[in-house]
Amino acid sequence: MSAVRIPPVLRANVGGAKQVDVSGATVGELLDGLVEAHPGLRDQLFTPDGELNRFVNVYLDGQDVRYLDGVATPVDPRDELVILPAMAGGA
Amino acid sequence: MPKSYADLLREARSTVHEADPLEVDALRSRGEAVLVDVREASEWEQGHIPGAIHISKSYLEQDIEAAIPDRDRPVVLYCAGGVRSLFAAQTLREMGYTDLTSMKSGFQGWKTKGLDWTIQPVLTAEQKQRYSRHLLIPEVGIQGQTRLLESKVLFIGAGGLGSPAMLYLAAAGVGTIGIVDFDVVDLSNLQRQIVHTNARIGEKKVESARITIQGLNPDVKVVAHEEMLVADNVDRLIAGYDVIVDGTDTFETRYLLNDAAVAAGIPVVHASVFRFEGQLTVFKPFDGPCYRCLYPTPPPPELAPGCSVAGVLGVVPGIMGLLQANEAIKLLLGIGDTLAGRLLLFDALDASFNELKLRRDPACPTCSDAAVEARAAGRPMAVAGVGDGTFTLGGPGLGVLGGAS
Repeated sequence: MSAVRIPPVLRANVGGAKQVDVSGATVGELLDGLVEAHPGLRDQLFTPDGELNRFVNVYLDGQDVRYLDGVATPVDPRDELVILPAMAGGA
Repeated sequence: MPKSYADLLREARSTVHEADPLEVDALRSRGEAVLVDVREASEWEQGHIPGAIHISKSYLEQDIEAAIPDRDRPVVLYCAGGVRSLFAAQTLREMGYTDLTSMKSGFQGWKTKGLDWTIQPVLTAEQKQRYSRHLLIPEVGIQGQTRLLESKVLFIGAGGLGSPAMLYLAAAGVGTIGIVDFDVVDLSNLQRQIVHTNARIGEKKVESARITIQGLNPDVKVVAHEEMLVADNVDRLIAGYDVIVDGTDTFETRYLLNDAAVAAGIPVVHASVFRFEGQLTVFKPFDGPCYRCLYPTPPPPELAPGCSVAGVLGVVPGIMGLLQANEAIKLLLGIGDTLAGRLLLFDALDASFNELKLRRDPACPTCSDAAVEARAAGRPMAVAGVGDGTFTLGGPGLGVLGGAS
């Protein structure tokens, strides 16, 4: 199982959890597992064509997966995945 | 037999190597010698050779070993006219320095030749006291403090992030603080926007911030831009500033600011906050990614609510705003490692920081080489998100620029 960090803006879709453990061999499998368990996330993370939304970045152990192998990037169970959509900001 | 001044001078001339200013300049530009200005502090302050160190002749014996521990290092001494430096060279020879030169005709001769010189920045007695803790730090010192006093920082929003950041930058002596905000102080702001006060509810935020800042440090000039940042004014608003501190709460403003700041080459210290969490980075044009590299398109508004909808713990923008101030000072002074290319995540509940690596997008429509060339040719690349209907400004719940949310 790999840990997936859920950003505050998406936590309502996972029952308020900061972290969800998902199993999978690649970044894509982890994300698929995540939206299967929490279908409310699907529209937030993926386009209708199943592509990762461009306003959502995914980092594997601190590295943007777009600069690795994208959703095909292999994942070790000890790895941590961070999902980070653009934040509105301000205060 | 007592010696006259003329005897001493003759003796010094006959034993100390002398070089004229042009020779000294050649040595200096090759980095082969260290220049020591032995005049009094008042003379040094009125102008000196760049890169020289100052040890007045009366402190020479006491201070030279700490300044130049290597006695075989070539040393060029100069004074105003070339006499005091001769005697200073004799002293250093007695102390074991082996490679000594006195500059003929001194600093006067140097200036006559039209060579480069600089004026030591001068702080007033009050400033020396006010900034004494900065002056004690070698990385800041009088040069750094002067740089801060000459610096201009623009705040987009006098809100939760801008409040602590502008207070500390004002205290630090950043000479000009510009504030873009068209909003007025609201009671709900005061849970975190500490630059404002209860007595100023209903007043313009830029004026409220000005009163607090000038009460803290009258050295600081506050430039109030009481307007909304839009495409028509963004270039004018940011022109001339050294660093921008971004406290915006809408994507439209953020993309406008990003594109204009990249084009103008001004670094943006970015932070955003949400409930117990914050994130921070520095968008330093062409040295690390810009905001569009990170997020080429904005999310739909319902997926990115602002703090007026979601709430925020008041200390979180306080912490993130101070980290912004820290980045701004490092950028202004050119010290340390900024967060360019790194995103710092803060979680107040865990009291934890995490860091993600950010990269430049080689296809970025704003900061890639192709984008820069296209702008130079007058044909900027198309960008998504701003004013093209793919998203709209947040609406009532999401707030607009001004940091009120």
